[in-house]
Amino acid sequence: MDFGDIVLAVAIMLGKSLLMLVALLIFIAYALYADRKVWAAVQLRRGPNVVGPWGLFQSFADLLKFVLKEPVIPAPANKGMFLLAPLVMCTLSLAAWAVIPLNAGWAIADINVGILYIFAISSLGVYGVIMGGWASNSKYPFLGALRSAAQMVSYEVSIGFVIVTVLMCAGTLNLSAIVESQNTRLGILGWYWLPLFPMFVVFFISAMAETNRPPFDLPEAESELVAGYMVEYSSTPYLLFMLGEYVAIMTMCALGTILFLGGWLSPIPFAPFTWIPGVIWFVLKASFLFFLIAMVKALVPRYRYDQLMRLGWKVFLPLSLAMVIVVAAVLMVTGNAPGVR
Amino acid sequence: MTVTAAFFYLFATITIASGFMVIASRNPVQSVLFLILAFVNAAGLFLMMGAEFLAMILVIVYVGAVAVLFLFVVMMLDVDFAALRQGFLQYLPIGGLIGVILLLELILVVGTYTIDPGLVRSPAVPIPAADVMTNTEALGQVLYTRYFYFFQAAGLILLVAMIGAIVLTLRERVGVRRQDISKQNARTQETAVEVRKVPFRQGI
Repeated sequence: MDFGDIVLAVAIMLGKSLLMLVALLIFIAYALYADRKVWAAVQLRRGPNVVGPWGLFQSFADLLKFVLKEPVIPAPANKGMFLLAPLVMCTLSLAAWAVIPLNAGWAIADINVGILYIFAISSLGVYGVIMGGWASNSKYPFLGALRSAAQMVSYEVSIGFVIVTVLMCAGTLNLSAIVESQNTRLGILGWYWLPLFPMFVVFFISAMAETNRPPFDLPEAESELVAGYMVEYSSTPYLLFMLGEYVAIMTMCALGTILFLGGWLSPIPFAPFTWIPGVIWFVLKASFLFFLIAMVKALVPRYRYDQLMRLGWKVFLPLSLAMVIVVAAVLMVTGNAPGVR
Repeated sequence: MTVTAAFFYLFATITIASGFMVIASRNPVQSVLFLILAFVNAAGLFLMMGAEFLAMILVIVYVGAVAVLFLFVVMMLDVDFAALRQGFLQYLPIGGLIGVILLLELILVVGTYTIDPGLVRSPAVPIPAADVMTNTEALGQVLYTRYFYFFQAAGLILLVAMIGAIVLTLRERVGVRRQDISKQNARTQETAVEVRKVPFRQGI
């Protein structure tokens, strides 16, 4: 491989990443708008409706506002780490999208251990929160960071077991191959949400806890901690935190789509529906999951912290552990276990 | 080839430098963060050797869980840096002695380290080519068949350690009113509320 080939490969990789980044950020902007609109509709309000037609440009106005304001760094804060924390949060959550296949062969990097990569990256997201909370050198951010650390570590465990059950059915760690293994003649009924329905529910709830979404937004519970680990942040650093959080939520939606909702596959597996490009199905499914998460935010009151811990360790952990054994036993008895000779 | 070498030296340099910073940095929180940097770069080195599963597990287990707990504990410690540095010269000789002994032992071990020639010639389990079987699959094939008892023993040791930690920190506190969720959910209107007719100006 000579120098020209390397430059070309790097250029192609950069181009793909840039395309993915821009598409993702625009999608996030409208996801944020949709989130606020859904929330408003549930509460019989109008939501953002001033900037642009039906308030469609609200997110971009917010972006400009955040960028143009003055960043304030508190005097007792650890400056380097204070500014590093939002960068870590945002970069890590964006990095997960490198392996997500939006369509057959559309992943930037279609690696063999894709699911492990996403799991690893999403478990690193906690560092942005802890570093931000610690570097602020203030009481509320610190409490928020501690809560968040305990919460994210707890729910990672059950997400891990949920992923294991899906992997046992699919027999691979490659995300594209997991989607392909759901490609049966049954269409929507052949996807893993139906046979693994309890795990789908556990995954959905754990995903909300993992990304600090309501009803599990204890790290930033405004009635107790003002804004938790984000109290001292303003302007662009705050924007990066916010963006990182929403990207992490979209990652979880995409992951749920891949693991349980058949990725880019058409729900009805014959002609007129299979002509629709897979990426449209993928976006529709991810948006559906995001809509569910937005509805949960509007409908469900916040958990108390001890209830959160109880749910994670005493309900989801035994349930998912039992399901791993049950799924393995069923696969072995029926002889459907992939890769077993 | 040059790209691979460049990445190797990048990862290796950062790993060693951040490993040094773990012991050199004054602030314990920064030490833990440098430890995390060392872990991540070590994962990068694993990736370059083609051990993708090990790389990801290193990040998930050590960075995602163990180091979080380290950070959790270190952040809550109230460390007095002046007191920490006070006895430095006093403890230097004995600390240095232990360091020298460890270094000598390492040199002895590494210097006489050879791979058993019998192992190279006829490996107990043939190593499959990378295009036949993925890394993860190959590991699973030997771990759950040939080394099954070792795997179980490792799991048992971890279980014992976990139970030990719980037993050591568990203390029965008296007078704590525990919340029993099933009991709460089993409450009905009949068992919880009593409706009484209160006579006027008398009370109950």
